[in-house]
Amino acid sequence: MNINTIRRHFRESFRSLGRNGWMTFASISAVTVTLMIVGVFAMLMANVSHIASNLEQDVEIKVLIELTADAEAEQQLVNAIAHMPAIADYEYSSKEQELATLIEDFGDDWKLYEQSNPLHNVIYVRALQPKDIPHLAAEINNLSNTADVVYGEEKVERLFDALSLARNIGFFLIVGLLFTAVFLISNTIRITIIARGDEIEIMKLVGATNSFVRMPFLLEGMWLGMLGALIPMGLTIVLYHQLYDVVAPRVSGQLIELVPPTPVVYEVAGLLLLLAIAIGVVGSFMSVRKFLRI
Amino acid sequence: MIEMQDVYKKYDNGMIAVKGISVKINKGEFVYVVGPSGAGKTTFIKLMYREERATKGSIIVNNFNVTKLSDQKVPQLRRQLGVVYQDFKLLPKLTVYENVAFALEVTEAEPKVIRKRVAEVLQKVGLTKKAKHFPQELSGGEQQRVAIARAIVNKPAVLIADEPTGNLDPDNAWSIMDIFNDINQDGTTIVMATHNKDIVNTMRRRVIAVEDGVIVRDEYGGDYGYEH
Repeated sequence: MNINTIRRHFRESFRSLGRNGWMTFASISAVTVTLMIVGVFAMLMANVSHIASNLEQDVEIKVLIELTADAEAEQQLVNAIAHMPAIADYEYSSKEQELATLIEDFGDDWKLYEQSNPLHNVIYVRALQPKDIPHLAAEINNLSNTADVVYGEEKVERLFDALSLARNIGFFLIVGLLFTAVFLISNTIRITIIARGDEIEIMKLVGATNSFVRMPFLLEGMWLGMLGALIPMGLTIVLYHQLYDVVAPRVSGQLIELVPPTPVVYEVAGLLLLLAIAIGVVGSFMSVRKFLRI
Repeated sequence: MIEMQDVYKKYDNGMIAVKGISVKINKGEFVYVVGPSGAGKTTFIKLMYREERATKGSIIVNNFNVTKLSDQKVPQLRRQLGVVYQDFKLLPKLTVYENVAFALEVTEAEPKVIRKRVAEVLQKVGLTKKAKHFPQELSGGEQQRVAIARAIVNKPAVLIADEPTGNLDPDNAWSIMDIFNDINQDGTTIVMATHNKDIVNTMRRRVIAVEDGVIVRDEYGGDYGYEH
């Protein structure tokens, strides 16, 4: 294929967009509408995933040390925990520090306890894998000199179950949506190409090779995908930025926080573009194929 | 140039359109293919440029062994033939100029060569002034002249025409025949299926009559031989 031919294919693909005006419009609309839904879902999923991993990271095991344990025994316990492979990090907090935190959080009433501090010295432990927490907690509980191990057992387990369910459902929804998008868009492209089946037949009869006939259609499919992706890409980027600017300040400091727009929106936008191009090209390829057998 | 040996064509629906045709057409000949509708003329012609594949027998066209030709080589064969159809088969969304240029573009010819050659053939069929028009803006005769320009732009060794005058009034039909005659004088072999009694009887050439899938008459300078 020489440079003139390539130039011709490009020229031809652009020209065809214009000359098949309504079909072009229909295909681009199909891409636009479906990708907009895909974009919304992708951002939704990004947030669910972000919130889930944030919550998971926040979960920690609180190890209450036996009141009777002396400094040496405490050190042994800390060492034992520090050597567990499943932990990410740990932090020792004396009962004085614990009380200070309580006073800070709940007010000066708690200063009464400064005279005789009833609290335990504590070790806070974070797990590498949040799902290991129940197992890890049990293991720590078996060590000597632990009074109690707390991590809000049932709540955490239920939270994890709910999050993994949400992730799985979201994943299937996105996959389903993508299939619908591929189907809808390649169907629209197919209709536009079927309307031009005679053209393809004539090209073949004049001595065009299959690839010569196919190339402009593939390029056209690519342009359709790209043009169709523009609006969904723009909307994803602009709208999510605005949403983030409005929502983020209101939820700051709380458990739930939104994914910062950068770089996620650009990644999603890029993904939409690639998806649109792939669907356009594949849709054209499949549709042209059946007319080439002459 | 064109040589068929005992060629059969059976369609998927069981109809046998060609039942053992053997024929030899030499370079530079002008051949009419005549016969009643459904006699197998169109199939006979389609076999030459491999729009249809022969079920049995051998077909040689311009050194191509058509019956053994792989799908990839079919475009090469078609570029050495010019084909003109009763319904013109122009690309509706391309202008006259682009329709003719298309046959050269598929051969990946230089743009300079394409421009020159397209201008030449449009001149030859008298459509230079209509180069920028679209097919539906032209009369039937003009459309057929565009199709002829497209068919000859590659300087084919053989021009194959399937009832090229079938949709045209007598004046237009004759102007098409004048062009064919010119092309034939330049050394191009012409095979033309036709129902046009006046043309065959006036412009006497070799006549091959096909009936029920076999050749019943092959006569140089023969007449049309049917009453319609």
